[in-house]
Amino acid sequence: MSTVVPLPTPRWRGPELKELVAKVAFGDHDAFGRLYDAVAGPVFGLVRRVLRDSAQSEEVTQEVMLELWRTAARYRPDRGEVLPWVLTMAHRRAVDRVRSAQAAADRDQLAAARSHTPVFDETAEQAEGRLEREQVRRCLRTLTELQRESVTLAYYRGYSYREVADMLGAPLGTVKTRMRDGLIRLRDCLGVGS
Amino acid sequence: MSTTPDLHTLSGAYAAHALDAAEREGFERHLARCSACAGEVAEFAETLARLGAAEAAAPPAGLKEQVLAALPEVRQLAPVAAVSPAGARRRWPARRWGRFALAASVAGAVGLGGLAVQQHREADQARDRAAAAQAAASASAASAARFAALLAAPDARTVSARDGAGSGTVVWSPARGQAAFLAAGLPQPKAGTTYQLWYDDAGTMRPAGLLPGAGGSVLLTGAIDGASGVGVTLEPAGGSLHPTGRPVMLLAFG
Repeated sequence: MSTVVPLPTPRWRGPELKELVAKVAFGDHDAFGRLYDAVAGPVFGLVRRVLRDSAQSEEVTQEVMLELWRTAARYRPDRGEVLPWVLTMAHRRAVDRVRSAQAAADRDQLAAARSHTPVFDETAEQAEGRLEREQVRRCLRTLTELQRESVTLAYYRGYSYREVADMLGAPLGTVKTRMRDGLIRLRDCLGVGS
Repeated sequence: MSTTPDLHTLSGAYAAHALDAAEREGFERHLARCSACAGEVAEFAETLARLGAAEAAAPPAGLKEQVLAALPEVRQLAPVAAVSPAGARRRWPARRWGRFALAASVAGAVGLGGLAVQQHREADQARDRAAAAQAAASASAASAARFAALLAAPDARTVSARDGAGSGTVVWSPARGQAAFLAAGLPQPKAGTTYQLWYDDAGTMRPAGLLPGAGGSVLLTGAIDGASGVGVTLEPAGGSLHPTGRPVMLLAFG
C-alpha cells in the first residue's frame, strides 16, 4: 500500500445523513440525490456480496433506494444511525432474493461458473471503505472459527442458521448461540454502542 | 417449544435475517416484550451494518439516474404518530405482494400499542376505544353501536395504519375471535372496484368481507382463527377469492 490517506468520519455517519433523510421525507429530490451518493455504495456492495450477481444486485439496489425514498418518514433518528437502517433493508431484500427458488438456481449456476472475487476499487473514494474493511477483518479474526463461519455464512451469503448448521455439521443450538456470541464479540471489537 | 431464554439467543440469527418466517414471528413477539432484546438487536444491526459497509463498492453507472427518474412514481409514506416496540413487523410473501411488503412492514409497526386493559378501567377504556374508533371512522352512532360488544370486550385491542390521507383501524378481541375494520378518509374506490378485507393466515389471504365505500366500518366475516393480521386491497366490485388488486394496507394483530 503506497499511501494511506487518513480520513475523518466516514461520510455515511453523523448528523448530516439524518438531516438528509428528514428532507427526503418531505419529498426533496436534491436531498435524495445526496443520500443516494452516501449510501448507494455500501448498499450495492453488500447486496452484491450476498447475491454474487451484478445484474440482480443492481435491481435490488434500485428497490432498496426506492424503499428508502418511500419510507424516509418512518426513519427514527433516536433509534440509530441512517446507514444501519438502510443496510438492514438492503440485507433483508438481498436475503429474500437469495431464498426465492429462482434466485437460488441462478446463484448456484453462477457460483459454478465463477468464483466470487472481492472487489477492491482502488479509487480515492474507496479509501475509507478500505480502512473500514481492514477494521472489520481484524475484528472477524478475533472470533472463533465457528463464530466467524456462523456470522459470515448468514450475513454475507444469506444462509439461514439451519443451512449454516447443515454446512458446518454443527447442532442448531450451537450455531444459534455462536452467531450471537460472535456478534457480541464483533460489536465490542468495533466499538458499537460505546 | 422454545422457552424464553432459548428465544433470547435467537437475537443474533434474527439480526442477520437467518431465521425462517415462523421463527422470526415468534422472536418478534418476544421482542415486543423484551426491551433488552430490542437493544441487543439494534446493536447487532449496527454491527452487521459495519460488515456491510466494509463491502462498499461503486454502484453501476446510470443507476442513480434510473432511481431518480422513478421517484415520481413512488408515493411516500406519511410519518406515523405512534410506533409499537421495535421489531413488531411482519412481511408478506414477496411474490404475491411485491412492494406491499414495504407498506406491510411499516403498517405492522404502526399502532396504538398494546392498550393493556386494566380490570377496573375496562368501562372507561371501552368508551375511549369506541370514541376513538368512531372518530377515526367518522362512523355514525348506529355503526359504532354495532361494534359495541366487540369494542367493550375486556381484551379488545386496536391497531391503526395510514394510507395517504386516509386511515384504517382494526379492532379485535382474541377471546371473541372477532375483528372489525374501521376506515376513514380512504380514497373513494373507482367505479367497479371495492375495498376488500383479508385475514392473513401465514401469508395466505382469506377473504374477510368488503368495505362499504371508502369510510365506515365493518365486522370482518369469519373468525380470526389464528390469522396474524388484516390486509386491505382494492378488488373488482363483488370482491375476489384471492387478492388481485393494489394492496392498501396491512395491520398486524400485535
